[in-house]
Amino acid sequence: MRAGRGGDPAVTVPEAEFRSYYGQPVLKPPVWHEPHMPVYLYLGGLSGASSVVAAAARFSGHDRLAFAARMTAFAGAGLGSGLLVAELGRPERFLNMLRVFKVTSPMSVGSWTLAVHGGLTAAGAASALTGLLPLAGDAAVMASALTGPVMATYTGVLLADTAVPAWHAARREMPFLFAGSALASAGAAGMLTTPRAEAAPARVAAALGAVMETTAAAIIERRLGLEGEPYHQGRAGLLIKASRALTLAGGLLATVAGRSRTLTAMSGLAITAGALCTRFGMLAAGKASALDPKYTVVPQRDRATGRRLVAVPDQEGGPDTP
Amino acid sequence: MTQEAETRPTRVGFFTDTSICIGCKACEVACKEWNGVPDDGFVFRATSYDNTGQLGADTWRHVAFIEQDDRWLMSSDVCKHCTHAACLDVCPTGALFRTEFDTVVVQADICNGCGYCVPACPYGVIDRRERDGRAWKCTMCYDRQRGGLEPACAKACPTDSIQFGPLDELRERAAARLERLHADGVAEARLYGDSPDDGVGGAGAFFLLLDEPETYGLPPDPVVTTRDLPEMWRWAGGAAVALVGAVAACFLGSRR
Repeated sequence: MRAGRGGDPAVTVPEAEFRSYYGQPVLKPPVWHEPHMPVYLYLGGLSGASSVVAAAARFSGHDRLAFAARMTAFAGAGLGSGLLVAELGRPERFLNMLRVFKVTSPMSVGSWTLAVHGGLTAAGAASALTGLLPLAGDAAVMASALTGPVMATYTGVLLADTAVPAWHAARREMPFLFAGSALASAGAAGMLTTPRAEAAPARVAAALGAVMETTAAAIIERRLGLEGEPYHQGRAGLLIKASRALTLAGGLLATVAGRSRTLTAMSGLAITAGALCTRFGMLAAGKASALDPKYTVVPQRDRATGRRLVAVPDQEGGPDTP
Repeated sequence: MTQEAETRPTRVGFFTDTSICIGCKACEVACKEWNGVPDDGFVFRATSYDNTGQLGADTWRHVAFIEQDDRWLMSSDVCKHCTHAACLDVCPTGALFRTEFDTVVVQADICNGCGYCVPACPYGVIDRRERDGRAWKCTMCYDRQRGGLEPACAKACPTDSIQFGPLDELRERAAARLERLHADGVAEARLYGDSPDDGVGGAGAFFLLLDEPETYGLPPDPVVTTRDLPEMWRWAGGAAVALVGAVAACFLGSRR
């Protein structure tokens, strides 16, 4: 019956001894598929942050960057919606997402946000492409600068609001991780689609976003104990390591990318690849976290024991005697 | 519709007393037959006399067998029908709802298979049936209850290890049974999921166990994830503001 004593000996977290039902998971792992879910998480963040960039660029007179960001915001929301529908077990019922609005369900909040954001970014893009109703198009872009930040951050709550220990334990940092990654992605897309002379704000966004994402990831690594282990191990660990390296390299390159097209391409592509690795890594870590009963049982056992020590004394010699 | 004129029915539940479970699996069979639950694969797992392994989309009652040195433990697991149910909280379509009996049920004609309830459940109960695309779990035989019948598993249980009834009554009965077992020297007996003060506000299906919950594959101290949701939205709000601030900073000093 004794399980545990597995895992990587190089990990600094002490090995936990615990009991389980033949080593089987307590939780069901997330059923979301690759590449649908992680690519949606990337595209949703890209679209959300790009819409804020589009609005700021429009205000400050960076017209070519504003156009590129507007198109990116629309493309990200459109492609992302398609992936979300394909991810459903019953895609033909995707409209049931708009049957109710529930603030207790981050997926409900996200669906409504995506519906509104998708509409606004489509209007903004259509106006820019056709030249029709420019004022309405600008208004749509301004409005999408309000839905965009929700798009870029709700996904952190989406993952954290589960029983998956690695996700739930990282609930404070997760929205910052996704926001930073989204900002870096939008900066990278802006760099790659705008002439260098006008892409300076995109390069700053790429660098700032990379800093924000890396900082949030480092805090998750420091703050989480046993629950954070899946972020360092196996396939998830490799993806997160790759993400860290790509994001940092891309962010550093962004600071000098104004000098050449090659540097711009290298920085933009590295950041984009890093952002994708982050999303694939988070999903892989969540699955690994749910599948090993250690991460469910040990923290809960510690919590229950701690509470019992200060609890009512009438349980003495009673049901909790081992 | 017949209940519209009546007062709301009292909350019902399951009390599963594992100290008298004989591992016959009549509950598993009765559940499958009544609810038309598909085959979950007849697999010899080579760990114990357990063929079904765990609760899932196609297993709504699961009998756990634990072979210990001096005894066998057997326990029929089921959906806990939590007071604060994470699956219901996070369901974006409203397919999961709370019935007039205070149970938690999926409406199969609404569920679009988003899968969010699956990782939300702190007990690993609900799952998506991949060939069907929707989420499934125990309904506490909602249809039988509407017809005034007890759930199939409780009806079929030959030792009354599975007891169905008003939750208040079951809790009293369980407390008495626990007292009796302790008086008889079974000091390891303990109730699981009976307290309204626990992390899910008390389970509608609770248990008398003879070992630590994790031995049976149950979480020792489950908490409904949405308890922390207000905090999570606040952190997300902070991150959203930080994002807007960062974008504004990118454009400062570069006005054209």
